[in-house]
Amino acid sequence: MSFIPHSETDRREMLARIGVSDVRELYDDVPEEILLDGDLDIPAPLSEWEAVRELAELADLNRSLVCFAGAGQYDHHVPAAVDHIIRRSEFYTAYTPYQPEVAQGTLQAIYEFQTMVCELTGMDVANASMYDGPSAAAEAAVMSRAVTRRSRVLAARTLHPHARKVTDTYLQGLGGELEIVDSGPDGLVDTGALNGALGDDVACVLVQYPNFLGCIEDLEPLAEVTHAAGALLVVLVDPVTLSVLRPPGELGADIVVAEGQPFGNAPSFGGPVVGLFAARQKLVRKMPGRIVGATVDTEDRRGYVLTLQTREQQIRREKATSNICTNQGLNALAATVHLSLLGREGMQEVAESSVQNAHYAWRRLEDVPGVTPLYPETPFAREFAVATEENSRAILERGFDAGILAGVSLSRFESLEVPDGLLLAFTEKRSRAEIDRLVDLLAG
Amino acid sequence: MAGFPFKGETTPTIFERSDTGRRGTRMTRTDVETRPMDELIPARHLRSRPARLPEVPENEVIRHYTELSLKNHHVDRALYPLGSCTMKYNPKVNEATCRLGGFAGLHPFTPQASAQGALRLMHELAEMLKEIAGMDEVTLQPAAGAQGEMTGVLLMRAYHDSRGEGETRRRVLFPDSAHGTNPATAAMAGFDAEEIPSDAAGRVDLEALRENLDETVAGLMLTNPNTLGVFESDIVEVSKLVHEVGGLMYMDGANLNALMGVTRPGDMGYDIVHFNLHKTFSTPHGGGGPGSGPVGVKAHLAPFLPVPKVVRRDDGSYGLDWDRPESFGKLHGFYGNFGVMVRAYTYMRMLGNTGIRETAEAAVLNNAYLTELLSEAFDLPYGRGMHESVFSGVSLKKRTEIKTMDVAKRLLDYGFHAPTVYFPLNVPEALMTEPTETETKQELERYAEAMHAIAREAETDPELVSTAPHTTPVRRLDEGRAARQLDLKWSFPEDAEA
Repeated sequence: MSFIPHSETDRREMLARIGVSDVRELYDDVPEEILLDGDLDIPAPLSEWEAVRELAELADLNRSLVCFAGAGQYDHHVPAAVDHIIRRSEFYTAYTPYQPEVAQGTLQAIYEFQTMVCELTGMDVANASMYDGPSAAAEAAVMSRAVTRRSRVLAARTLHPHARKVTDTYLQGLGGELEIVDSGPDGLVDTGALNGALGDDVACVLVQYPNFLGCIEDLEPLAEVTHAAGALLVVLVDPVTLSVLRPPGELGADIVVAEGQPFGNAPSFGGPVVGLFAARQKLVRKMPGRIVGATVDTEDRRGYVLTLQTREQQIRREKATSNICTNQGLNALAATVHLSLLGREGMQEVAESSVQNAHYAWRRLEDVPGVTPLYPETPFAREFAVATEENSRAILERGFDAGILAGVSLSRFESLEVPDGLLLAFTEKRSRAEIDRLVDLLAG
Repeated sequence: MAGFPFKGETTPTIFERSDTGRRGTRMTRTDVETRPMDELIPARHLRSRPARLPEVPENEVIRHYTELSLKNHHVDRALYPLGSCTMKYNPKVNEATCRLGGFAGLHPFTPQASAQGALRLMHELAEMLKEIAGMDEVTLQPAAGAQGEMTGVLLMRAYHDSRGEGETRRRVLFPDSAHGTNPATAAMAGFDAEEIPSDAAGRVDLEALRENLDETVAGLMLTNPNTLGVFESDIVEVSKLVHEVGGLMYMDGANLNALMGVTRPGDMGYDIVHFNLHKTFSTPHGGGGPGSGPVGVKAHLAPFLPVPKVVRRDDGSYGLDWDRPESFGKLHGFYGNFGVMVRAYTYMRMLGNTGIRETAEAAVLNNAYLTELLSEAFDLPYGRGMHESVFSGVSLKKRTEIKTMDVAKRLLDYGFHAPTVYFPLNVPEALMTEPTETETKQELERYAEAMHAIAREAETDPELVSTAPHTTPVRRLDEGRAARQLDLKWSFPEDAEA
């Protein structure tokens, strides 16, 4: 089926008015030699029902597992009311608010989103969102280079390997390369190593909080040495934990970025999700992406517009702060509604339940032979890494049979330079019984 | 359908609806034995003051965002003729399929064995896109058109580097009608972005192109039909000239809706093309995302595509291949905007081979008809385009002092969204109008009548037009003030007192 609404009469009348007898006459500018000969070699049309049936069959080939995997994407409950709002076609069939008078809904929601991101991160200003956490981290590195007019970018070894790879890719064209700062035996960034790597040509340092392996970094000393060298501190966060942990804004961060998926967005095999991007006030004019600001209309009523557009590609072209053209509008809306529904206490409870569940699992695993925490003395929030004697992929396979996604295999990430094991993540959805099943699985 | 509810009414922010101690949706509490938080995490790491998220009951949250939603123009309300954005109808079935539990609930680190349906869908979507574009390989990873462009430009870099020409090929060319993301992307990838002029017909000026081509050119970025809606009829020659000096041809696929099933970028000589699933393949624009910007390439560029690549293995299973030593890297945290791919796949399976071609033809038919209806009242400096036409308000402005911006604002009173205005840059007072194939003849006529009425109003009652809109939730907004007196987040009263 197709979505072309014309009746035969409509079509005839339209062609007559245009003055052609066949629609293909409207393709006269296309040289004959490149006109496609015959139909595309793709399957014939399906009815809506046939399509739904095929899609349902494909969806059924994917197995739903009890999820202990995290590493940037977390299995939180999303209240039904979130999906209700983002399924309103007033939101999802609109576009970037180019005509603000008829886009106040989208604009005000983004303004509220920006406020919430600032509150969670402890930062002064936030943008309307980025594609995801890794690209937000990469944009932060690009922005830091522009702000400091310096070229080197340092990253902790415990930065999410995918964020590292994406940042490296973004820097490639600019003639830069990510340099790695090692961690100490406690799993935390080695301040001495960082100090040694810093210099007056370093634009920024990227760290993760809690880091990829779950350890809670001490951000203040890192900020201190970074700032002493005149560089910016960029912090990639798990935003759920910020309802329990001190926000990076209080600890010296200059730019905070996050994978915002846990707020209102289904994992959906990794996308679409939403990147959060916040910074100190003085950096606002160098930020990438859309920003919404409040103003007044001709009758002095409050209203919202896209602002600081002179930073952006549609005006600055090759001198823009970024080539980004959209945000992740609907995903940012989902996050905003989610955070509104949970509110101050609800969000705190979700974060605390996740932390309690993780620590319960940790205590249970103390008695399991062959499973050792990678960093037994270092504080963690809702995610931690264990070394496993049994091959981690074999454990995941056994888990698959038992209906459990037993974390993420560390052997996926050579660049971390850690022994084989599993990264385990916990949300408020995991029950004690499910955690006990995980422990039993790891016990073999 | 003119007019909005809530005209002139300000909606308080969600923070103003908040009251201490109120709760929205109840979430699950842990059932393990709990310990005090500071026994689990040292107190120095713990937050001392909670984030001031709003405290609002669930029904009030719903009312708040419902009220906000009613202030939006959207495709399901009336024509949304934003040129170059392809605001076509978004089939509702897409919204059902992408939410199937087996898709929406899938963690990206799930073992490949438990993601076979998702991987197969991605593989088959890529196969269809390859066929539509006449390309040899497709990556689905880019999250939006701009990231697709970045993929394209990084492919250019990787390709020239592999041939030892990375240092000398510094220039990326694009026509003066190009979208702003083209030069911005070229600059982000470290190239010198250079504009070349269009000829009188709005096409690439072959002479100017020849003069600019040499061994320092990495590639040419060229939308086709270009942003004037005009098909680059010399495209085969353009490709040949660029290839002769060793450059690559990049097609911004923004306007593919005019061509699919009729002619293919690969057959025109393009080496790289990006698709916008949110334009051409009906996935919703979401108030500004999520999009999806897959990129198709010819075989000589395939080794450089980002990791991981979705592959079909010899045993018929599907997997993710990370072991691609020549890949330029990675752009998305995972595999791209999968949920958007499910929507596009659903749409493409319904259209099928014939529906895809008919869709392009109907998009061109609708634009030709609308152009016919409008061309008496507005200038058409470059003539009728294929799927979109760029009108100019220059004559109207000379006659009446009514600017394109005024026409755009007045259209809002008539219940329509405005076209893309003041773009492309080489058309003064531009009104870039793209109706798409999903609009009826009658809706196009309604829109044309509104445009004619506005042109008449410009003569008879110019103030009505220059002070429009009159019926929208707010009137014209002071953008200058927004940029000067930055107000980018809600000010909590206690902060103001402090």
